[in-house]
Amino acid sequence: MLGYIVGRLAQALAVMLAVALVAFLLFNYVGDPINNMVGQEATTTDRQELRDQLGLDDPAPVQFARFLGNAVQGNFGLSYRMKRPVAALIQERLPATLELVFLSALASLVIGLPLGVYTALRRDSWFSRVVLTTSLVGVSLPTFVIGIGLIYLLSVQFDLLPSFGRGQVVSLGWWTTGFLTKSGWAAIIMPAITLSLYQLTLVLRLVRTEMMEVLRTDYIKFARARGLSNRVVHFRHALKNTMMPVVTIVGLQIGGLIAFSIVTETVFQWPGMGLLFIQAVGFADIPVMAAYLVLVGAMFVVLNLMVDLAYFVIDPRLRVDRAKAAGKAT
Amino acid sequence: MNTPLAMLRRWYDSDLAFSFRSSPSVVIAAVVAVVIILAAVFAPLVAPFNPFDPGALKLMDAFTAPAWTDEGKMPYLLGTDDQGRDLLSTILYGSRISLLVGFAAIAFAAVFGTLIGVLCGYRGGWLDVAVMRTADVQLTIPSILIALTIDGVTRTALPRELHNEIAIFVLIFAIGIADWPQFARVARSAALVERHKDYVSAARVIGQPSWVIVLRHVLPNTLGPVLVLATVGLALAVLSEATLSFLGVGVPPTQPSLGTLIRVGQSFLFSGEWWITFFPAMTLVLLVLAVNVLGDWLRDALNPKLR
Amino acid sequence: MAAFRLKTALLAGALALALPLAAAPALAQGKVLRWASQGDYLTMDPHSQNEGLTRTGSFQTYEGLVGYSADLKFVPALATSWKAVNDTTWEFKLRQGVKFHDGADFTADDVVFSVKRAQHPASDFKTYIASVKDVKKVDSHTVHVETNGANPILPNQIANIFILSKAWAEKNNVVNPQSYKDKEETFAVRNTNGTGPFMLKQREQDVRTVMVRNPTWWGLKDNPHNIDEIVYTPVTTPATRVAALLSGQLDFVLDVPVQDVERVKRSPGLQVKKTNEIRSIFLGLDVGSAELKYSDVKGKNPFADKRVRQAMYHAIDMQAIAQKVMRGDAVVAGMITSPGVHGYNTAIDKRLPYDVNKAKALLKDAGYPNGFGVKLDCSNDRYVNDEGVCQAVVGMLAQAGIKVDLAAQSKTLHFPKLQKKDTSFFLLGWGVPTFDSHYVFSYLVQTPDGKNGSWNFTNYSNPKLDAMFNGMLSELDQAKRDKLIADSWNIINDEVIYLPLHHQVLNWAMSEKLDMPIIADNVPRFHFAKMK
Repeated sequence: MLGYIVGRLAQALAVMLAVALVAFLLFNYVGDPINNMVGQEATTTDRQELRDQLGLDDPAPVQFARFLGNAVQGNFGLSYRMKRPVAALIQERLPATLELVFLSALASLVIGLPLGVYTALRRDSWFSRVVLTTSLVGVSLPTFVIGIGLIYLLSVQFDLLPSFGRGQVVSLGWWTTGFLTKSGWAAIIMPAITLSLYQLTLVLRLVRTEMMEVLRTDYIKFARARGLSNRVVHFRHALKNTMMPVVTIVGLQIGGLIAFSIVTETVFQWPGMGLLFIQAVGFADIPVMAAYLVLVGAMFVVLNLMVDLAYFVIDPRLRVDRAKAAGKAT
Repeated sequence: MNTPLAMLRRWYDSDLAFSFRSSPSVVIAAVVAVVIILAAVFAPLVAPFNPFDPGALKLMDAFTAPAWTDEGKMPYLLGTDDQGRDLLSTILYGSRISLLVGFAAIAFAAVFGTLIGVLCGYRGGWLDVAVMRTADVQLTIPSILIALTIDGVTRTALPRELHNEIAIFVLIFAIGIADWPQFARVARSAALVERHKDYVSAARVIGQPSWVIVLRHVLPNTLGPVLVLATVGLALAVLSEATLSFLGVGVPPTQPSLGTLIRVGQSFLFSGEWWITFFPAMTLVLLVLAVNVLGDWLRDALNPKLR
Repeated sequence: MAAFRLKTALLAGALALALPLAAAPALAQGKVLRWASQGDYLTMDPHSQNEGLTRTGSFQTYEGLVGYSADLKFVPALATSWKAVNDTTWEFKLRQGVKFHDGADFTADDVVFSVKRAQHPASDFKTYIASVKDVKKVDSHTVHVETNGANPILPNQIANIFILSKAWAEKNNVVNPQSYKDKEETFAVRNTNGTGPFMLKQREQDVRTVMVRNPTWWGLKDNPHNIDEIVYTPVTTPATRVAALLSGQLDFVLDVPVQDVERVKRSPGLQVKKTNEIRSIFLGLDVGSAELKYSDVKGKNPFADKRVRQAMYHAIDMQAIAQKVMRGDAVVAGMITSPGVHGYNTAIDKRLPYDVNKAKALLKDAGYPNGFGVKLDCSNDRYVNDEGVCQAVVGMLAQAGIKVDLAAQSKTLHFPKLQKKDTSFFLLGWGVPTFDSHYVFSYLVQTPDGKNGSWNFTNYSNPKLDAMFNGMLSELDQAKRDKLIADSWNIINDEVIYLPLHHQVLNWAMSEKLDMPIIADNVPRFHFAKMK
């Protein structure tokens, strides 16, 4: 088990280093850091002085090491566009994105899981058919079309919900939350629906497929043969075995939510990291882009690590198998 | 037996064709997909106007409503946009770009992924481990994020003029590279199975070089699952393109795709000119839905276990 | 282990939800005015960028010696009176008892400092006071401004020089203005210390800017506004901006998109105020370079040929743009300044007729029978429908054979690009805060000399015109001065240095709860506002 965990950690570290390398290359070689700091009137001596100061003439590995050191401390320099420390910008935007992702993940799981189980068990009921057809439409609807549609319907036609922003937020230390005010809740409803719909259909369809696979296994057939009631077979045996992939889904799903929050935040002008990133792309604001990549990379690595570790908790058999597999692979 | 008619007959009697015939929704989806694709491919012949010839624009016709409404007029069947372009024509040309990017990206992913997967499966060893680990890692990152990053970085790194020229290729690469791991995995497992089969051993014994074995024997056997993946992948690729263009980082504004059209039309939603964003959005949704239905059907049909 | 973690996480989550209910701060009591427009303030430095919205920000927190009334008359502000003591010296008597936001007293030292700061090369306001030779403190509340030659319009010009605290600037190392085009970052970019009716409380670029009431503002007696807080949010997407106004999340939208004006008017509880802005929108051409930077014509400059410029003028159907792109909310323009500016004249404000055939013939004469290609730089978040106007122009020029490649981008990229003269063909709008034609000439037409011509990106240089512009600064005989202005306009129109498009029309959309006058310079002044 220890070997497996060490292997996973090593892999996570390798991925982080790769992401950091991309960010570093972007930061140092795309766009001239000097030109973005001093004016055109700066003299050559001024420039050289600054180069020395920043160590831009050091060998690349040395610079990379320094970049890593800074990144670990959360120091990504100044945003080219806003002239403010990138870390502060991200810190301001992080709560908005995380709250949105959290609520969307919750919604897609709470609704998607039961629907997936139901449609797997009652495959031929009319409700299952309706759900499945709807889910296919859900997968085919681009996030931004859902968002625009909701705004048109609920903001413009019926004037029920706000169409942009986070509403009133309350500060708790550096964290800001919209969960404590009425306007905050009103503001998050449409973005959360928009963001969760695609993931919800994904969860639903994956759970259904997985459950159906499990129901076909010999193990379940034996359980039925033993004369166990449907209820026990479905919920004690089948669902338990479905949980494994579901854990993976949840992990991946949060990743997907973070990615698609970029789109949702754009449609609703939600002041989160996604909006910050897409604006940074538009303005070639490289420090912000680099920091976003590193941060999102770190989130993914942590998520995956957690998913891997969760396997152990859920399925003891894997402790042996996986450890072997991992040992062989690394 | 080999007359075209007989072949058609045989196809008609096959399981695949039967399952196709017996599901009305699949037939409808196929018709919708084929109609949109054909209309897009032959847009220059079908479209009433060439909407991207600025010299032919009539600004005074801007914001014309669809022809069947009171304010509408022919020849603008679906109305015109803010620049006076015929909406039907812009949709046809826009679908063309959306589909071009979608097909090219998925073809790129399929070819690249399959080749790498087959190679890994056939050769094994450290190459296999390294590539598959990379694929594993990449699979955990949503493809839209990868595409957005590649597109964003290129946009930043290249001068604007150059970027506009090659934007479509960058986009194809960005979306394609985000999708290769799935193909690699499928192709690899197929190759692993084939590698140990007798006919491959036989070929090896005869002394055929390994690339011939791979190309002639292993590769064809991976095509079924790759096709299923490609169908589902096409829908995703078209969606990715639309999303990037909607965010304003996809195709350049001079070559608007469906996503660009929706983004532009969004501004006119509240002023009652709903058709400018509605029709492109509907086209996109219909296209993706149809391809998704086909993909679903293909997967189920080729995997009888699930039936 | 994992189970334990999960428990902790749940517990922490529950705590996070429960705790702040008690700790939630009391909501602000007073009247909060929430407003939006398409872009953000470029900077908070009051001398860095002479751009409309940026000035709007400065006008809330800073003040000049001379102020504006709601109908744009010049009124006393930080100076209570002014007079010319001789031909080249203006005397300003300063208001007593005024304090900066940080509590420091306002004195003549701050005026001397601020005027000199605004003359710094990095200042975008230097052209306003290009005629100022020196500024001297006479006593703690009197200053003398000395000009090169007699300058009758100095008070109008100096109204746009914002006064900041000398001590504060020195303490925070912002004695010089921020150089915007070089992306400089200084303390003054995100902090202010003026004497104005509102104080900057929070500045998050592109997210929100919060200003609060200055309770000790000297002008409260005459302008008893009841606004306690102003929250400004840039909302780029026009549809989102309108939706926010309709759903009551905003009280005021500065630039309601033309396509949504009717809808907003029909909505209960909302009103739209309309006026003709003192601002004209036009296209600029690089007429002076030997070769255009962004064109497929090499070795020569097609814009140097007047026939090409005339051809482009004839090719633009401004009536159609006004009707379709602007939906009627535009006044077709034949000169690059608008009614309300001294020197504007309906006789001069006449367009060359729209005539594609004539355009083609002129191009053929000039040696471009098949047209040529050029790139047009355009903003997409500055003027009403700026990108739409540019797109329409691209289509019209194409019909005459000129293939235009449109590069539309945010004003935060567009303006620095222009200021680096990195353009061949560009869209620009020009408002006139002094209400005098000389302002237009000195910024847009005069040969750049470090003080004047700072927005002349055309590389056009005409010594005769320069002499006439300088003459306007010392001509005390009104009739002669008017003649100089009229002659200048005729030359400018005859030379076709700029292609006029339209005089902008303003649509301010606001809640009926908000009572605020619309002001023709498109600068809302919230101390004139009352909220129910």
